[in-house]
Amino acid sequence: MLISNRKSLGLDHGVSSEITPRSVYEERRDLLKLLAAGSAGALLAGWASRDALAQAAGVTRPNKLAALESARSAVAGAVSMDKLTAYADITSYNNFYEFGTDKSDPSHNAGRMKTRPWTVSIEGEVRRPQTLAIEDLLKLAPMEERIYRLRCVEGWSMVIPWVGYSLSELIKRVEPTGNAKFVEFVTLADPKQMPSVSSSVLDWPYVEGLRLDEAMHPLTLLAFGLYGEVLPNQNGAPVRLVVPWKYGFKSAKSIVKIRFVEKQPRTAWVKAAQQEYGFYSNVNPKVDHPRWSQATERRIGEDGIFAKKRPTLMFNGYEAQVGQLYAGLDLAKNY
Amino acid sequence: MSATPEFLATARAARAGGAKPAKARAILMHPLAKPVLFVAALLPFAWLLYGAFANTLGANPAEALIRSTGDWTLRFLCAALAITPLRQWAGEVALARFRRMLGVYTFFYGVLHFLCYAWLDMGLALDDITHDIAKRPFILVGFTALVLMTPLAATSFNKAIKWLSAPRWRALHKAVYAIVLLGLLHFFWMRAGKHDFAEWSVYAVIVSVLLGDRLLRWARSRAEARRA
Repeated sequence: MLISNRKSLGLDHGVSSEITPRSVYEERRDLLKLLAAGSAGALLAGWASRDALAQAAGVTRPNKLAALESARSAVAGAVSMDKLTAYADITSYNNFYEFGTDKSDPSHNAGRMKTRPWTVSIEGEVRRPQTLAIEDLLKLAPMEERIYRLRCVEGWSMVIPWVGYSLSELIKRVEPTGNAKFVEFVTLADPKQMPSVSSSVLDWPYVEGLRLDEAMHPLTLLAFGLYGEVLPNQNGAPVRLVVPWKYGFKSAKSIVKIRFVEKQPRTAWVKAAQQEYGFYSNVNPKVDHPRWSQATERRIGEDGIFAKKRPTLMFNGYEAQVGQLYAGLDLAKNY
Repeated sequence: MSATPEFLATARAARAGGAKPAKARAILMHPLAKPVLFVAALLPFAWLLYGAFANTLGANPAEALIRSTGDWTLRFLCAALAITPLRQWAGEVALARFRRMLGVYTFFYGVLHFLCYAWLDMGLALDDITHDIAKRPFILVGFTALVLMTPLAATSFNKAIKWLSAPRWRALHKAVYAIVLLGLLHFFWMRAGKHDFAEWSVYAVIVSVLLGDRLLRWARSRAEARRA
Protein backbone atom coordinates (compact mmCIF):
# COMPACT_ATOMS: atom_id res chain seq x y z
CA MET A 1 0.00 0.00 0.00
CA LEU A 2 1.24 3.42 -0.93
CA ILE A 3 0.89 6.20 1.55
CA SER A 4 -0.15 9.00 -0.76
CA ASN A 5 -0.78 11.99 1.37
CA ARG A 6 -0.57 13.51 4.82
CA LYS A 7 -4.31 13.29 5.32
CA SER A 8 -4.34 9.52 5.32
CA LEU A 9 -1.82 9.62 8.14
CA GLY A 10 -4.25 11.65 10.20
CA LEU A 11 -1.77 14.46 10.52
CA ASP A 12 -3.69 16.97 8.50
CA HIS A 13 -6.72 18.66 9.93
CA GLY A 14 -8.64 20.82 7.54
CA VAL A 15 -10.60 22.62 10.21
CA SER A 16 -9.08 23.60 13.53
CA SER A 17 -12.30 22.61 15.31
CA GLU A 18 -11.52 19.02 14.41
CA ILE A 19 -8.45 19.14 16.63
CA THR A 20 -9.18 17.78 20.06
CA PRO A 21 -8.01 20.25 22.70
CA ARG A 22 -5.23 18.91 24.91
CA SER A 23 -7.26 19.27 28.10
CA VAL A 24 -10.06 17.19 26.63
CA TYR A 25 -7.95 14.32 25.48
CA GLU A 26 -6.06 14.30 28.74
CA GLU A 27 -9.35 14.05 30.55
CA ARG A 28 -10.32 11.20 28.28
CA ARG A 29 -7.10 9.42 29.11
CA ASP A 30 -7.72 9.84 32.81
CA LEU A 31 -11.19 8.43 32.34
CA LEU A 32 -9.78 5.49 30.44
CA LYS A 33 -7.18 4.92 33.14
CA LEU A 34 -9.88 5.07 35.77
CA LEU A 35 -12.00 2.63 33.82
CA ALA A 36 -9.07 0.31 33.37
CA ALA A 37 -8.22 0.50 37.03
CA GLY A 38 -11.86 0.05 37.95
CA SER A 39 -12.25 -2.97 35.80
CA ALA A 40 -9.00 -4.35 37.13
CA GLY A 41 -10.31 -3.70 40.62
CA ALA A 42 -13.53 -5.45 39.77
CA LEU A 43 -11.51 -8.27 38.30
CA LEU A 44 -9.43 -8.48 41.46
CA ALA A 45 -12.55 -8.34 43.58
CA GLY A 46 -13.88 -11.15 41.45
CA TRP A 47 -10.75 -13.12 42.08
CA ALA A 48 -10.93 -12.41 45.79
CA SER A 49 -14.53 -13.55 46.01
CA ARG A 50 -13.68 -16.55 43.89
CA ASP A 51 -10.98 -17.26 46.42
CA ALA A 52 -13.47 -16.86 49.23
CA LEU A 53 -15.90 -19.17 47.45
CA ALA A 54 -13.14 -21.67 46.88
CA GLN A 55 -12.39 -21.33 50.56
CA ALA A 56 -16.02 -21.95 51.51
CA ALA A 57 -16.02 -24.88 49.18
CA GLY A 58 -12.63 -25.87 50.60
CA VAL A 59 -14.10 -26.58 54.01
CA THR A 60 -15.25 -29.95 52.84
CA ARG A 61 -15.76 -32.54 55.49
CA PRO A 62 -13.03 -35.14 55.61
CA ASN A 63 -15.72 -37.68 56.60
CA LYS A 64 -13.74 -38.99 59.53
CA LEU A 65 -15.98 -38.00 62.43
CA ALA A 66 -19.56 -36.91 63.13
CA ALA A 67 -20.69 -33.81 61.27
CA LEU A 68 -21.17 -30.57 63.18
CA GLU A 69 -23.42 -28.14 61.32
CA SER A 70 -22.60 -24.46 61.42
CA ALA A 71 -23.15 -21.16 59.69
CA ARG A 72 -20.33 -18.86 58.65
CA SER A 73 -19.55 -16.44 61.48
CA ALA A 74 -20.47 -12.78 61.18
CA VAL A 75 -18.03 -11.72 63.91
CA ALA A 76 -15.48 -9.17 62.66
CA GLY A 77 -12.20 -10.85 61.77
CA ALA A 78 -13.57 -14.35 62.38
CA VAL A 79 -13.15 -15.61 58.83
CA SER A 80 -9.59 -15.46 57.58
CA MET A 81 -9.06 -15.59 53.83
CA ASP A 82 -5.77 -17.47 54.23
CA LYS A 83 -5.46 -20.87 52.61
CA LEU A 84 -6.63 -23.62 54.95
CA THR A 85 -4.11 -26.02 56.44
CA ALA A 86 -4.80 -29.61 55.43
CA TYR A 87 -6.93 -31.69 57.83
CA ALA A 88 -4.19 -34.33 57.89
CA ASP A 89 -1.63 -31.79 59.13
CA ILE A 90 -4.00 -30.23 61.67
CA THR A 91 -4.73 -33.64 63.15
CA SER A 92 -1.23 -35.17 63.10
CA TYR A 93 1.01 -32.33 64.25
CA ASN A 94 -0.13 -31.46 67.77
CA ASN A 95 1.13 -30.25 71.08
CA PHE A 96 -1.02 -32.03 73.66
CA TYR A 97 1.46 -33.06 76.31
CA GLU A 98 -0.97 -35.25 78.23
CA PHE A 99 -0.52 -37.70 75.36
CA GLY A 100 3.24 -37.28 74.94
CA THR A 101 5.68 -34.56 73.99
CA ASP A 102 6.31 -35.61 70.42
CA LYS A 103 4.17 -33.88 67.80
CA SER A 104 2.90 -37.24 66.57
CA ASP A 105 2.12 -38.63 70.05
CA PRO A 106 -1.34 -37.07 70.44
CA SER A 107 -2.64 -38.50 67.17
CA HIS A 108 -1.32 -41.93 68.19
CA ASN A 109 -2.39 -41.91 71.84
CA ALA A 110 -5.46 -39.69 72.12
CA GLY A 111 -7.81 -42.29 70.66
CA ARG A 112 -8.32 -43.91 74.04
CA MET A 113 -9.69 -40.72 75.62
CA LYS A 114 -13.42 -41.00 76.31
CA THR A 115 -15.32 -37.84 75.43
CA ARG A 116 -18.79 -39.12 76.44
CA PRO A 117 -20.08 -38.65 79.05
CA TRP A 118 -18.39 -35.26 79.52
CA THR A 119 -19.26 -32.38 81.77
CA VAL A 120 -17.88 -28.92 82.26
CA SER A 121 -18.38 -27.37 85.66
CA ILE A 122 -18.67 -23.62 85.96
CA GLU A 123 -17.40 -22.43 89.33
CA GLY A 124 -16.21 -19.47 91.31
CA GLU A 125 -17.41 -15.90 91.08
CA VAL A 126 -20.64 -16.49 89.18
CA ARG A 127 -24.28 -16.08 90.20
CA ARG A 128 -25.25 -19.28 88.43
CA PRO A 129 -22.62 -21.93 89.01
CA GLN A 130 -23.53 -25.14 87.24
CA THR A 131 -22.30 -28.33 85.68
CA LEU A 132 -23.10 -28.57 82.01
CA ALA A 133 -23.21 -31.80 80.07
CA ILE A 134 -21.47 -31.62 76.70
CA GLU A 135 -24.86 -32.15 75.02
CA ASP A 136 -26.19 -28.98 76.68
CA LEU A 137 -23.07 -27.03 75.78
CA LEU A 138 -23.45 -28.04 72.15
CA LYS A 139 -26.97 -26.56 72.14
CA LEU A 140 -26.18 -23.44 74.14
CA ALA A 141 -25.69 -21.14 71.16
CA PRO A 142 -25.76 -21.41 67.36
CA MET A 143 -22.62 -23.01 65.91
CA GLU A 144 -20.46 -20.78 63.76
CA GLU A 145 -17.69 -21.60 61.36
CA ARG A 146 -14.60 -19.50 62.01
CA ILE A 147 -11.37 -19.62 60.08
CA TYR A 148 -8.58 -18.60 62.42
CA ARG A 149 -4.85 -18.40 62.07
CA LEU A 150 -3.15 -20.39 64.81
CA ARG A 151 0.37 -19.33 65.75
CA CYS A 152 2.35 -21.69 67.94
CA VAL A 153 4.95 -20.24 70.30
CA GLU A 154 7.42 -22.61 68.60
CA GLY A 155 7.34 -20.59 65.39
CA TRP A 156 4.91 -22.41 63.13
CA SER A 157 1.36 -21.60 62.14
CA MET A 158 -1.78 -23.11 60.66
CA VAL A 159 -5.13 -21.88 59.36
CA ILE A 160 -7.97 -23.85 60.89
CA PRO A 161 -11.72 -23.82 60.22
CA TRP A 162 -13.15 -24.22 63.71
CA VAL A 163 -16.77 -24.80 64.66
CA GLY A 164 -18.08 -23.26 67.85
CA TYR A 165 -19.42 -20.06 69.37
CA SER A 166 -18.07 -17.10 71.32
CA LEU A 167 -17.16 -18.01 74.89
CA SER A 168 -19.07 -14.84 75.85
CA GLU A 169 -22.32 -16.71 75.09
CA LEU A 170 -21.58 -19.04 77.97
CA ILE A 171 -20.18 -16.34 80.24
CA LYS A 172 -23.33 -14.21 79.88
CA ARG A 173 -25.51 -17.14 80.90
CA VAL A 174 -23.59 -17.89 84.12
CA GLU A 175 -23.52 -14.21 85.20
CA PRO A 176 -20.08 -13.43 86.63
CA THR A 177 -20.09 -11.38 89.83
CA GLY A 178 -18.22 -8.11 90.24
CA ASN A 179 -15.33 -10.05 91.76
CA ALA A 180 -14.69 -12.06 88.62
CA LYS A 181 -11.58 -10.56 87.03
CA PHE A 182 -10.09 -13.64 85.40
CA VAL A 183 -11.28 -16.89 83.92
CA GLU A 184 -9.37 -20.10 84.56
CA PHE A 185 -9.67 -23.13 82.32
CA VAL A 186 -8.89 -26.52 83.82
CA THR A 187 -8.42 -29.44 81.46
CA LEU A 188 -8.72 -33.19 81.84
CA ALA A 189 -5.80 -34.95 83.57
CA ASP A 190 -6.62 -38.62 83.79
CA PRO A 191 -3.55 -40.88 83.91
CA LYS A 192 -5.71 -43.82 82.85
CA GLN A 193 -6.56 -42.19 79.55
CA MET A 194 -3.52 -39.95 79.16
CA PRO A 195 -0.13 -41.72 79.25
CA SER A 196 2.01 -38.64 79.89
CA VAL A 197 0.09 -37.26 82.85
CA SER A 198 2.41 -39.35 85.02
CA SER A 199 5.44 -37.48 83.63
CA SER A 200 6.86 -34.40 85.30
CA VAL A 201 6.92 -32.27 82.18
CA LEU A 202 4.14 -30.06 83.52
CA ASP A 203 2.19 -29.63 86.70
CA TRP A 204 -1.08 -31.39 85.86
CA PRO A 205 -3.85 -30.63 85.26
CA TYR A 206 -3.04 -28.19 82.51
CA VAL A 207 -4.44 -24.82 83.52
CA GLU A 208 -4.84 -21.79 81.33
CA GLY A 209 -6.38 -18.40 81.94
CA LEU A 210 -7.62 -15.17 80.45
CA ARG A 211 -8.56 -11.77 81.74
CA LEU A 212 -12.36 -11.50 81.86
CA ASP A 213 -12.40 -8.88 79.10
CA GLU A 214 -10.26 -11.16 76.90
CA ALA A 215 -12.61 -14.04 77.62
CA MET A 216 -15.60 -11.85 76.71
CA HIS A 217 -14.09 -10.79 73.38
CA PRO A 218 -16.23 -12.11 70.51
CA LEU A 219 -13.20 -13.71 68.84
CA THR A 220 -12.55 -15.90 71.89
CA LEU A 221 -14.05 -19.15 70.75
CA LEU A 222 -15.40 -22.16 72.55
CA ALA A 223 -14.74 -24.76 69.88
CA PHE A 224 -16.42 -28.12 69.43
CA GLY A 225 -15.33 -29.00 65.94
CA LEU A 226 -13.09 -28.39 62.97
CA TYR A 227 -13.53 -28.90 59.26
CA GLY A 228 -17.28 -29.29 59.77
CA GLU A 229 -16.92 -32.26 62.11
CA VAL A 230 -16.58 -32.77 65.85
CA LEU A 231 -13.07 -32.25 67.22
CA PRO A 232 -10.65 -35.16 66.91
CA ASN A 233 -9.37 -36.12 70.37
CA GLN A 234 -5.85 -34.91 69.62
CA ASN A 235 -7.22 -31.44 68.90
CA GLY A 236 -8.92 -31.13 72.28
CA ALA A 237 -12.24 -32.97 72.05
CA PRO A 238 -14.95 -32.54 73.05
CA VAL A 239 -14.61 -28.85 73.89
CA ARG A 240 -11.67 -26.47 73.82
CA LEU A 241 -10.77 -22.83 73.81
CA VAL A 242 -9.39 -20.97 70.79
CA VAL A 243 -7.88 -17.53 71.33
CA PRO A 244 -6.52 -16.64 67.89
CA TRP A 245 -4.37 -13.65 68.87
CA LYS A 246 -2.43 -15.58 71.51
CA TYR A 247 0.14 -18.34 71.15
CA GLY A 248 -1.51 -21.71 70.74
CA PHE A 249 -0.80 -23.02 74.23
CA LYS A 250 -3.22 -20.44 75.66
CA SER A 251 -6.06 -22.30 73.96
CA ALA A 252 -6.77 -25.04 76.51
CA LYS A 253 -7.95 -28.40 75.19
CA SER A 254 -10.46 -30.91 76.58
CA ILE A 255 -11.83 -28.51 79.19
CA VAL A 256 -13.54 -29.90 82.29
CA LYS A 257 -13.79 -26.82 84.48
CA ILE A 258 -14.15 -23.09 83.97
CA ARG A 259 -13.53 -21.00 87.07
CA PHE A 260 -14.19 -17.30 87.49
CA VAL A 261 -11.61 -15.86 89.86
CA GLU A 262 -10.41 -12.58 91.28
CA LYS A 263 -6.66 -13.20 91.03
CA GLN A 264 -4.64 -13.94 87.92
CA PRO A 265 -4.50 -17.74 87.58
CA ARG A 266 -1.15 -19.54 87.80
CA THR A 267 -1.14 -21.17 84.39
CA ALA A 268 0.70 -24.38 83.54
CA TRP A 269 3.46 -22.82 81.44
CA VAL A 270 3.96 -19.88 83.77
CA LYS A 271 4.51 -22.41 86.56
CA ALA A 272 6.91 -24.42 84.40
CA ALA A 273 9.02 -21.59 82.98
CA GLN A 274 7.93 -18.12 84.01
CA GLN A 275 10.77 -16.36 82.23
CA GLU A 276 9.81 -17.94 78.92
CA TYR A 277 6.02 -18.01 78.91
CA GLY A 278 3.98 -15.16 80.31
CA PHE A 279 0.34 -15.01 81.32
CA TYR A 280 -0.61 -12.86 78.33
CA SER A 281 1.38 -14.64 75.62
CA ASN A 282 -0.06 -12.46 72.91
CA VAL A 283 1.46 -13.15 69.51
CA ASN A 284 4.06 -10.43 69.16
CA PRO A 285 6.81 -10.40 66.51
CA LYS A 286 8.75 -7.82 68.52
CA VAL A 287 9.06 -9.82 71.74
CA ASP A 288 11.31 -12.82 71.23
CA HIS A 289 11.25 -16.08 73.09
CA PRO A 290 14.58 -16.37 74.96
CA ARG A 291 15.76 -19.10 72.61
CA TRP A 292 14.28 -18.10 69.28
CA SER A 293 12.91 -15.15 67.40
CA GLN A 294 9.16 -14.65 67.12
CA ALA A 295 9.49 -12.31 64.13
CA THR A 296 8.74 -14.99 61.57
CA GLU A 297 6.81 -18.21 61.28
CA ARG A 298 6.51 -21.23 59.05
CA ARG A 299 3.02 -21.96 57.72
CA ILE A 300 2.56 -25.71 57.95
CA GLY A 301 2.00 -27.43 54.63
CA GLU A 302 2.29 -24.24 52.65
CA ASP A 303 5.74 -22.74 52.98
CA GLY A 304 8.05 -25.24 51.28
CA ILE A 305 11.10 -26.54 53.07
CA PHE A 306 13.32 -23.97 51.42
CA ALA A 307 10.88 -21.07 51.44
CA LYS A 308 11.74 -18.11 53.60
CA LYS A 309 9.57 -17.98 56.68
CA ARG A 310 6.75 -15.43 56.62
CA PRO A 311 6.63 -12.45 58.95
CA THR A 312 4.53 -12.90 62.07
CA LEU A 313 1.81 -10.29 62.48
CA MET A 314 1.14 -8.28 65.64
CA PHE A 315 -1.57 -10.09 67.62
CA ASN A 316 -1.40 -12.71 64.88
CA GLY A 317 -3.14 -10.27 62.52
CA TYR A 318 -6.03 -9.56 64.89
CA GLU A 319 -4.72 -6.19 66.08
CA ALA A 320 -7.71 -4.29 64.66
CA GLN A 321 -10.05 -6.43 66.72
CA VAL A 322 -8.12 -6.88 69.98
CA GLY A 323 -5.49 -4.13 70.11
CA GLN A 324 -7.66 -1.92 72.33
CA LEU A 325 -7.69 -4.60 75.05
CA TYR A 326 -4.03 -3.82 75.69
CA ALA A 327 -3.99 -0.03 75.33
CA GLY A 328 -1.35 1.38 77.67
CA LEU A 329 0.01 -2.05 78.61
CA ASP A 330 3.77 -2.61 78.24
CA LEU A 331 3.71 -5.67 76.01
CA ALA A 332 7.42 -6.38 76.45
CA LYS A 333 6.95 -6.63 80.22
CA ASN A 334 3.57 -8.32 80.01
CA TYR A 335 4.65 -10.95 77.50
CA MET B 1 24.37 -53.95 62.69
CA SER B 2 23.08 -57.41 63.55
CA ALA B 3 26.67 -58.51 63.91
CA THR B 4 27.14 -56.37 67.00
CA PRO B 5 25.52 -58.57 69.64
CA GLU B 6 27.25 -61.60 68.25
CA PHE B 7 30.53 -59.78 68.21
CA LEU B 8 30.02 -58.63 71.80
CA ALA B 9 29.20 -62.14 72.87
CA THR B 10 32.32 -63.41 71.18
CA ALA B 11 34.43 -60.70 72.75
CA ARG B 12 32.98 -61.41 76.16
CA ALA B 13 33.64 -65.11 75.76
CA ALA B 14 37.15 -64.33 74.62
CA ARG B 15 37.77 -62.19 77.70
CA ALA B 16 36.39 -64.83 80.01
CA GLY B 17 38.22 -67.71 78.39
CA GLY B 18 41.36 -65.84 77.40
CA ALA B 19 41.04 -67.29 73.90
CA LYS B 20 41.71 -65.22 70.81
CA PRO B 21 38.51 -63.54 69.69
CA ALA B 22 39.18 -64.82 66.24
CA LYS B 23 35.71 -64.42 64.84
CA ALA B 24 35.27 -60.85 66.01
CA ARG B 25 38.69 -59.99 64.73
CA ALA B 26 37.84 -61.54 61.40
CA ILE B 27 34.74 -59.35 61.09
CA LEU B 28 36.52 -56.19 62.19
CA MET B 29 39.51 -56.75 59.94
CA HIS B 30 37.44 -57.80 56.95
CA PRO B 31 38.31 -55.64 53.93
CA LEU B 32 34.60 -54.83 53.55
CA ALA B 33 34.12 -53.72 57.17
CA LYS B 34 35.03 -50.10 56.50
CA PRO B 35 33.05 -49.72 53.27
CA VAL B 36 30.03 -51.26 55.01
CA LEU B 37 30.29 -48.79 57.89
CA PHE B 38 30.81 -45.95 55.41
CA VAL B 39 27.56 -46.78 53.62
CA ALA B 40 25.65 -47.51 56.82
CA ALA B 41 26.61 -44.12 58.23
CA LEU B 42 25.22 -42.48 55.11
CA LEU B 43 21.81 -44.15 55.52
CA PRO B 44 20.34 -41.51 57.87
CA PHE B 45 21.38 -38.84 55.40
CA ALA B 46 19.87 -40.77 52.50
CA TRP B 47 16.68 -41.33 54.46
CA LEU B 48 16.35 -37.61 55.29
CA LEU B 49 17.14 -36.59 51.73
CA TYR B 50 14.52 -38.99 50.42
CA GLY B 51 12.03 -37.75 53.02
CA ALA B 52 12.61 -34.13 52.05
CA PHE B 53 11.82 -34.84 48.41
CA ALA B 54 9.11 -37.46 48.92
CA ASN B 55 7.51 -35.33 51.64
CA THR B 56 7.45 -38.07 54.25
CA LEU B 57 8.90 -35.99 57.09
CA GLY B 58 5.55 -34.99 58.56
CA ALA B 59 3.75 -31.67 58.76
CA ASN B 60 6.89 -29.66 59.47
CA PRO B 61 9.68 -31.14 57.34
CA ALA B 62 12.07 -28.26 57.98
CA GLU B 63 11.90 -28.83 61.71
CA ALA B 64 12.26 -32.58 61.20
CA LEU B 65 15.43 -32.04 59.13
CA ILE B 66 16.98 -29.65 61.64
CA ARG B 67 16.23 -31.90 64.59
CA SER B 68 17.19 -35.19 62.95
CA THR B 69 20.55 -33.92 61.74
CA GLY B 70 21.21 -32.69 65.29
CA ASP B 71 20.21 -36.06 66.73
CA TRP B 72 22.52 -37.89 64.34
CA THR B 73 25.43 -35.59 65.16
CA LEU B 74 25.08 -36.50 68.80
CA ARG B 75 24.65 -40.21 68.00
CA PHE B 76 27.81 -40.38 65.88
CA LEU B 77 29.70 -38.43 68.50
CA CYS B 78 28.67 -40.96 71.15
CA ALA B 79 29.63 -43.82 68.82
CA ALA B 80 33.05 -42.29 68.17
CA LEU B 81 33.61 -41.77 71.88
CA ALA B 82 32.53 -45.34 72.60
CA ILE B 83 35.32 -46.86 70.52
CA THR B 84 38.13 -46.44 73.02
CA PRO B 85 36.28 -47.74 76.13
CA LEU B 86 34.89 -50.60 74.06
CA ARG B 87 38.33 -51.42 72.71
CA GLN B 88 39.82 -51.48 76.18
CA TRP B 89 36.94 -53.41 77.64
CA ALA B 90 36.90 -56.02 74.86
CA GLY B 91 40.63 -56.03 74.40
CA GLU B 92 40.05 -55.64 70.70
CA VAL B 93 42.48 -53.25 69.06
CA ALA B 94 40.89 -53.66 65.63
CA LEU B 95 37.95 -51.50 66.76
CA ALA B 96 40.15 -48.42 66.52
CA ARG B 97 40.03 -48.70 62.74
CA PHE B 98 36.55 -47.19 62.78
CA ARG B 99 37.04 -44.29 65.15
CA ARG B 100 38.19 -41.78 62.58
CA MET B 101 35.30 -42.49 60.23
CA LEU B 102 32.79 -42.07 63.03
CA GLY B 103 34.44 -38.81 64.01
CA VAL B 104 34.35 -37.45 60.48
CA TYR B 105 30.70 -38.47 60.16
CA THR B 106 29.98 -36.57 63.38
CA PHE B 107 31.37 -33.50 61.67
CA PHE B 108 29.42 -34.29 58.49
CA TYR B 109 26.10 -34.43 60.36
CA GLY B 110 27.07 -31.40 62.44
CA VAL B 111 27.67 -29.38 59.29
CA LEU B 112 24.36 -30.63 57.85
CA HIS B 113 22.64 -29.62 61.09
CA PHE B 114 24.11 -26.13 60.86
CA LEU B 115 23.25 -25.83 57.16
CA CYS B 116 19.66 -26.90 57.83
CA TYR B 117 19.37 -24.29 60.55
CA ALA B 118 21.02 -21.59 58.45
CA TRP B 119 19.00 -22.37 55.36
CA LEU B 120 15.62 -23.61 56.57
CA ASP B 121 15.32 -21.52 59.71
CA MET B 122 17.26 -18.40 58.80
CA GLY B 123 16.80 -18.33 55.03
CA LEU B 124 20.60 -18.11 54.55
CA ALA B 125 20.49 -14.48 55.64
CA LEU B 126 24.03 -14.03 56.95
CA ASP B 127 23.06 -10.97 59.01
CA ASP B 128 20.26 -12.84 60.75
CA ILE B 129 22.47 -15.87 61.39
CA THR B 130 25.33 -13.93 62.99
CA HIS B 131 22.82 -11.94 64.99
CA ASP B 132 21.08 -15.11 66.14
CA ILE B 133 24.32 -16.83 67.13
CA ALA B 134 25.42 -13.82 69.15
CA LYS B 135 22.03 -13.31 70.77
CA ARG B 136 21.11 -16.82 71.83
CA PRO B 137 23.37 -18.84 74.14
CA PHE B 138 21.67 -22.03 72.98
CA ILE B 139 22.69 -21.37 69.37
CA LEU B 140 26.10 -20.05 70.38
CA VAL B 141 26.91 -23.22 72.30
CA GLY B 142 25.98 -25.43 69.36
CA PHE B 143 27.91 -23.26 66.95
CA THR B 144 30.98 -23.29 69.20
CA ALA B 145 30.88 -27.09 69.23
CA LEU B 146 30.84 -27.10 65.43
CA VAL B 147 33.72 -24.62 65.22
CA LEU B 148 35.76 -26.76 67.64
CA MET B 149 35.00 -29.81 65.53
CA THR B 150 36.41 -28.23 62.38
CA PRO B 151 40.16 -28.54 63.14
CA LEU B 152 39.57 -32.10 64.30
CA ALA B 153 37.90 -33.02 61.04
CA ALA B 154 40.58 -31.13 59.11
CA THR B 155 43.37 -33.18 60.72
CA SER B 156 41.70 -36.54 60.24
CA PHE B 157 44.28 -38.06 57.92
CA ASN B 158 47.61 -39.78 58.55
CA LYS B 159 49.84 -37.04 57.19
CA ALA B 160 48.26 -34.52 59.59
CA ILE B 161 49.41 -36.64 62.50
CA LYS B 162 52.93 -36.61 61.12
CA TRP B 163 52.88 -32.87 60.45
CA LEU B 164 51.57 -32.06 63.89
CA SER B 165 53.55 -34.79 65.68
CA ALA B 166 51.51 -37.44 67.45
CA PRO B 167 51.47 -35.84 70.93
CA ARG B 168 50.26 -32.50 69.54
CA TRP B 169 47.68 -34.22 67.38
CA ARG B 170 46.41 -36.14 70.40
CA ALA B 171 46.26 -32.97 72.50
CA LEU B 172 44.27 -31.24 69.77
CA HIS B 173 41.83 -34.10 69.53
CA LYS B 174 41.16 -33.92 73.28
CA ALA B 175 38.84 -31.07 72.23
CA VAL B 176 36.27 -33.76 71.55
CA TYR B 177 35.47 -33.81 75.29
CA ALA B 178 34.58 -30.12 75.22
CA ILE B 179 32.60 -30.71 72.04
CA VAL B 180 30.45 -33.45 73.50
CA LEU B 181 29.72 -31.41 76.62
CA LEU B 182 28.76 -28.39 74.53
CA GLY B 183 26.59 -30.60 72.37
CA LEU B 184 24.79 -31.96 75.40
CA LEU B 185 24.27 -28.45 76.78
CA HIS B 186 22.92 -27.31 73.41
CA PHE B 187 20.42 -30.16 73.39
CA PHE B 188 19.50 -29.59 77.03
CA TRP B 189 18.74 -25.92 76.41
CA MET B 190 16.70 -26.74 73.38
CA ARG B 191 14.54 -29.15 75.36
CA ALA B 192 14.43 -26.95 78.47
CA GLY B 193 11.92 -24.69 76.75
CA LYS B 194 9.41 -27.50 76.88
CA HIS B 195 10.59 -29.11 80.09
CA ASP B 196 11.09 -32.33 78.23
CA PHE B 197 14.28 -34.07 79.32
CA ALA B 198 13.45 -37.74 78.74
CA GLU B 199 15.46 -38.08 75.52
CA TRP B 200 18.20 -35.78 76.71
CA SER B 201 18.69 -37.91 79.83
CA VAL B 202 19.48 -40.95 77.67
CA TYR B 203 22.32 -39.09 75.95
CA ALA B 204 23.47 -37.65 79.27
CA VAL B 205 23.76 -41.14 80.76
CA ILE B 206 25.65 -42.48 77.72
CA VAL B 207 28.07 -39.56 77.73
CA SER B 208 28.58 -39.86 81.50
CA VAL B 209 29.50 -43.52 81.11
CA LEU B 210 31.87 -42.79 78.20
CA LEU B 211 33.60 -39.89 79.92
CA GLY B 212 33.41 -41.50 83.36
CA ASP B 213 35.30 -44.50 82.05
CA ARG B 214 38.11 -42.24 80.87
CA LEU B 215 38.19 -40.35 84.16
CA LEU B 216 38.44 -43.59 86.09
CA ARG B 217 41.28 -44.89 83.94
CA TRP B 218 43.08 -41.60 84.18
CA ALA B 219 42.75 -41.54 87.98
CA ARG B 220 43.91 -45.16 88.21
CA SER B 221 46.96 -44.58 86.00
CA ARG B 222 47.88 -41.54 88.05
CA ALA B 223 47.65 -43.54 91.26
CA GLU B 224 49.78 -46.25 89.70
CA ALA B 225 52.35 -43.74 88.53
CA ARG B 226 52.57 -42.32 92.03
CA ARG B 227 53.08 -45.79 93.48
CA ALA B 228 55.83 -46.58 91.00
